[in-house]
Amino acid sequence: MDEARIARRGVGPRLWLAGGWLLLALLAAIFAPLIAPQDPLAQDLMLERLPPFWLDGTEPGYWLGTDSLGRDLLSRLIFGGRIAFIVAFAAALAACLVGSALGLIAGYFGGWADRIISRVVDIWMAFPPVLFAILLVAVLGTGLSSVIIAIAVIDWTRFCRVIRAEAMGQSRMDYVENARIAGYGRIGIMLREVLPNVVPSIVALLSLEMGIAVIVEAILSFVNLSISTDDPTWGGIIAEGRLSIHQAWWVLVFPLITLILTVLSFSQFGEALKARFDPVLR
Amino acid sequence: MSAACLDIRSLSAVLPNGQRVLRSVSLSVQPGEVRALVGESGAGKTMIGKAVLGVLPSSVRIVEGDMLLEGEDLGQLQPKARRTLIGARTALIPQDPLTALNPSRRIGPQMTDRLVRILGWSGERADKRIRQLLDEVQIRDPERVLKSYPHELSGGMRQRVLIAAAFAAEPRLIVADEPTTALDVTVQKQILRLIAQLQRDHGTAILFVTHDLGVVAKISQKVSVLYAGKVVEEADTADLFAAPQHPYTRALMAATPRYTDPLASLKPVDEAVLAGLAAEIATADQAWRQRHG
Ligand SMILES: Nc1ncnc2c1ncn2[C@@H]1O[C@H](COP(=O)(O)OP(=O)(O)OP(=O)(O)O)[C@@H](O)[C@H]1O
Ligand SMILES: [Mg+2]
Repeated sequence: MDEARIARRGVGPRLWLAGGWLLLALLAAIFAPLIAPQDPLAQDLMLERLPPFWLDGTEPGYWLGTDSLGRDLLSRLIFGGRIAFIVAFAAALAACLVGSALGLIAGYFGGWADRIISRVVDIWMAFPPVLFAILLVAVLGTGLSSVIIAIAVIDWTRFCRVIRAEAMGQSRMDYVENARIAGYGRIGIMLREVLPNVVPSIVALLSLEMGIAVIVEAILSFVNLSISTDDPTWGGIIAEGRLSIHQAWWVLVFPLITLILTVLSFSQFGEALKARFDPVLR
Repeated sequence: MSAACLDIRSLSAVLPNGQRVLRSVSLSVQPGEVRALVGESGAGKTMIGKAVLGVLPSSVRIVEGDMLLEGEDLGQLQPKARRTLIGARTALIPQDPLTALNPSRRIGPQMTDRLVRILGWSGERADKRIRQLLDEVQIRDPERVLKSYPHELSGGMRQRVLIAAAFAAEPRLIVADEPTTALDVTVQKQILRLIAQLQRDHGTAILFVTHDLGVVAKISQKVSVLYAGKVVEEADTADLFAAPQHPYTRALMAATPRYTDPLASLKPVDEAVLAGLAAEIATADQAWRQRHG
């Protein structure tokens, strides 16, 4: 009980800070054409490597400075958020649906269903994930949908493992047996009795997975395997920033901060939501 | 004679390694009667209850015997029909009232759901029925309880809820598996009294699992004494206490602590008695093996 209370006290600020940043970033991404001060693709060699606003030699309207081609960094970050969020939502949701469904089935039914699913998960997880992603995109071809598919195909196992364990634990509880005695069917029990008890974990994992998807997308962009090179992506900006780190550190640092904040926020937001969702912790 | 509410005939069950956990168990519960099932931990009391309710662990296999619920042979029914019959005519009052309630659902829907979904009652009728039962188990603030999540109630309250739920659909037979063991000593007596009260009012037959002979004396009319999955003695409760026949029963009685001198009388079962039991079980197993090759 004490633990629960401590957890709850932490929920407030954590939820608001993480949620606030995510909302801000999401809104900026959605309304990017209205918000971004410059065209993210417009190059201007007269404006190359402008520093951020508090340093000397800046131009008005270029808040975070420019890269080596004179493109506005803030605008590129805002537009890059579009791809980051699309990938985050689509890939995480796909991974979540597949992984949670299989995990629930394996954990609740046990027996051969569990043996088959768990075996597949074991084999799947033997591949190093990033290598797996690069391989997949190389095969599927670059592009938004390949990146989404690659992340979902790799990371459904994360959901499957956790939800399987939780569903298995729940299935051993007496309330499941009670429902069985009362005459409920197996699938009904799985969906009506067991599923609500694993939803908090699914929510937390989903949020965490969105963060992971953002990182993976960034990594794929970094190695130039993501979306077409024209559209700004956070990973792509980081890759460019790395080349000019000595002349223009901001081109590397700001996208890194954006990435880290977003990923951390996703995981914190998920944890906080879980505490909120869980009737025992609430 | 009308059919027994529950009639178990020579029921044997084995584990995957071939070990028998139930050894030709026979027992019956007449309509409206309470039969206590006593025995020490691991004797197989819970196993018998689960067998009746059709929720044996998958590792346990029934290899012999019949179970008749109000004259219907459970073994002869298709799984679906068996589930329906068990669901309509039986209920369980479990040992641990916390895990027996779904932690993520409020008490109210959790209780009415079964009446509505399984028995096809209208929501209104189910709601009325549940409130009536909550009143019978002396829950004074049904509104709050119905809206609560299980963890928001005390252990005693949760067990009251489960008792109400068990009686709600008017089952013919209730299996009560050590329904007071997980509770505070102070609450145990109240819960026991409640079960006895509702049992009388509703005329429900109960198979009452316990390891406490004091409880047996209070609540039951008949007793079966179980040891290592074998019924070693069965009798009217009054007769059993007046004149226990089996040495093991006598040893159990001697081992039951009394309020006057709790520690003095708490002694382990005698070596000689245990040796006798082991021999008895060995003979029974031998006979069983011969019958089953
Ligand atoms: N899931 C299971 N799989 C295999 N064996 C089991 C399982 N559950 C219990 N057993 C074994 O079956 C035997 C009977 O167990 P059971 O739970 O029926 O005892 P009990 O009389 O209810 O004891 P207690 O008073 O501790 O509840 C024990 O030897 C136990 O080890
Ligand atoms: Mg037991």
